[in-house]
Amino acid sequence: MINPINQAESSFGKVLYERLFKNKEGLIAFAILAFVILIIFPTVLSPFRLNLTGKYLCYAFAAVGLVMCWGNAGILCLGQGLFFGAGGYCMAMFLKLEASDPESTAIQSTPGIPDFMDWNQVTELPWFWNPFKSLPLTIALIITLPALLAYILSVFYFKGRVSGVVFAILTQSMVACLWYFIVGNQGYFGGINGITDLKTLKGWDIRTEDAHYLLYYLCCFLLLFCILLSRYILSTRLGRVLIAQRDKEMRVRFSGYNITSFRIFIFCFAAVVSSIGGAMFTLQVGFMSPNLIGIVPSIDMVIFTAVGGRESLLGAVYGALAVNAAKTAFSEAYAAQWLFFYGATFIVIVLYLPKGLAGIYHDHIKKWIGKSMSSSKNNDGETPALVTEEKNAE
Amino acid sequence: MPSNTDYLLAIEDLTVSFDGFKAVDELTLYVDKGELRVIIGPNGAGKTTVLDLISGKTRASSGSIRYNNVELTSMREHEIVRAGIGRKFQTPSIYEKLSVYENLEISYPWGRTVFGSLKFTRTKQVIDRIQDVAQQIFLSDMLETQAELLSHGQKQWLEIGMLLVQNPELIMLDEPVAGMTAKEREATAALLEKIAKERSIIIIEHDMDFVAKIADQVTVLHLGKILKQGSMDEVRDDPVVQEVYLGH
Repeated sequence: MINPINQAESSFGKVLYERLFKNKEGLIAFAILAFVILIIFPTVLSPFRLNLTGKYLCYAFAAVGLVMCWGNAGILCLGQGLFFGAGGYCMAMFLKLEASDPESTAIQSTPGIPDFMDWNQVTELPWFWNPFKSLPLTIALIITLPALLAYILSVFYFKGRVSGVVFAILTQSMVACLWYFIVGNQGYFGGINGITDLKTLKGWDIRTEDAHYLLYYLCCFLLLFCILLSRYILSTRLGRVLIAQRDKEMRVRFSGYNITSFRIFIFCFAAVVSSIGGAMFTLQVGFMSPNLIGIVPSIDMVIFTAVGGRESLLGAVYGALAVNAAKTAFSEAYAAQWLFFYGATFIVIVLYLPKGLAGIYHDHIKKWIGKSMSSSKNNDGETPALVTEEKNAE
Repeated sequence: MPSNTDYLLAIEDLTVSFDGFKAVDELTLYVDKGELRVIIGPNGAGKTTVLDLISGKTRASSGSIRYNNVELTSMREHEIVRAGIGRKFQTPSIYEKLSVYENLEISYPWGRTVFGSLKFTRTKQVIDRIQDVAQQIFLSDMLETQAELLSHGQKQWLEIGMLLVQNPELIMLDEPVAGMTAKEREATAALLEKIAKERSIIIIEHDMDFVAKIADQVTVLHLGKILKQGSMDEVRDDPVVQEVYLGH
């Protein structure tokens, strides 16, 4: 537990440590996750499986975003795929332009534009594709576009105090709109087929095994960075205000806060994190299509978060990995019935594990570790926390 | 444009109607600087609605509320708070998942914007202030306790403490001793008397013994209108008040 009195006098390094990890337990949990995804997976898994895992980790970005805006701030977003897709499409548009140089598209009636444009009688590159000729601009857009979208889509609702289920349904309709928009604009965004045949990033072939390894590590580091950044935000007073407004909205308003701006902030933050995941997804999977970001994937993202434990950043990663792994295992073993198993798993989790995987850890494993630890040594600052845990359980 | 007043809070001709029902009807009420005003009245008299109107939770249909000669009726909740009005709710409204310390810290009147909250640090000044308030509300040993583990009375105190950290010039309390034990009531009365030395307070309360102990002025509301105003003794002896309220 943070001791407020000591904290004011302690050094910068110590403050940062407490902000990022809270205590030794937090550091260990983070280190375990880093060890698992950075060392165990690459050594144990085959290149094909590792690439799949990398894809799952991209969904973990969206789940981390949902932990921030749903778990901690109480804003359920059923349309996180919108922002995942924003990042994914930005990256795909950049890669597609690179793959559509005049030489390799010489057989088209208009060489030098993406193939699907040519098929749809578009003869000139649309103006909004121009930024994607430059990698720095593309990266800038991966960060700013989702933030801008999230701002525009939420500002009026939050100002009008729309929240809860109504807002959740609105976000779902937003992602449905995006789906129809992409599908309806086949000549500009590739329609239902998506943007495919992505080959190189600045001349570097992203389809080789080596590239997959490198992209996997990049994805891991970005994910760990996003987790730390989120952890930092939650450790500031902003994080506590978010929890406070989730539980007692009126009290926070009458403590002099304008909740609207806090909600917009966290909604935009979650959007940006998801968007980074989307961009990494395109890089690792090699294409982007509307069906990867529509209503169903968006709800999947909420399921990953719920399974991991909606208030736990690390749980979100495990949730995304576990659900996707289960999905893959079921679908490989029982090609016809797997959706029933998948659904059943979700029902079991909702019924018996409302706090998700993180709940199993906090309510059972932690207590068990605490018991075996306290028999050997009994002086650490974590003991009082465990006592309260036990009180809660009673 | 109403004329300037010396009153801290000047409510004039205030009316609010919900689908034609006038919950507050042409109410005029003045509160002085440093005054402790108690509002009593039967259920449905519009007591809580008056607080809602002052604090911006409900919008007035007509009339004016001026605080230090600033019109409040068009301001939003957080702006009214920042102008110096703090409010406690009827049921203890605290953040159960946070510690007592964190509950008090959120009310600290500094950095209440998004980026201000990101940059907020626990300086010595902040910690001293919170410890000072914690002492006043009898919770200085429980700063690290999660708020949901507090007793009902302690939760009420915590919410009062959250107002004190905010340091408002006017505090509005909606049934602050509801659900408290006799001992806790006494402690609360002493606490409020101490608080009242530095600021003005408006209290809604049903407990007549408690009201008699603390009130300077008592206002009796009935059907959205003022029935009687005066000292506790004057109010208690009034036959009309006895009939509509105290007689029950």
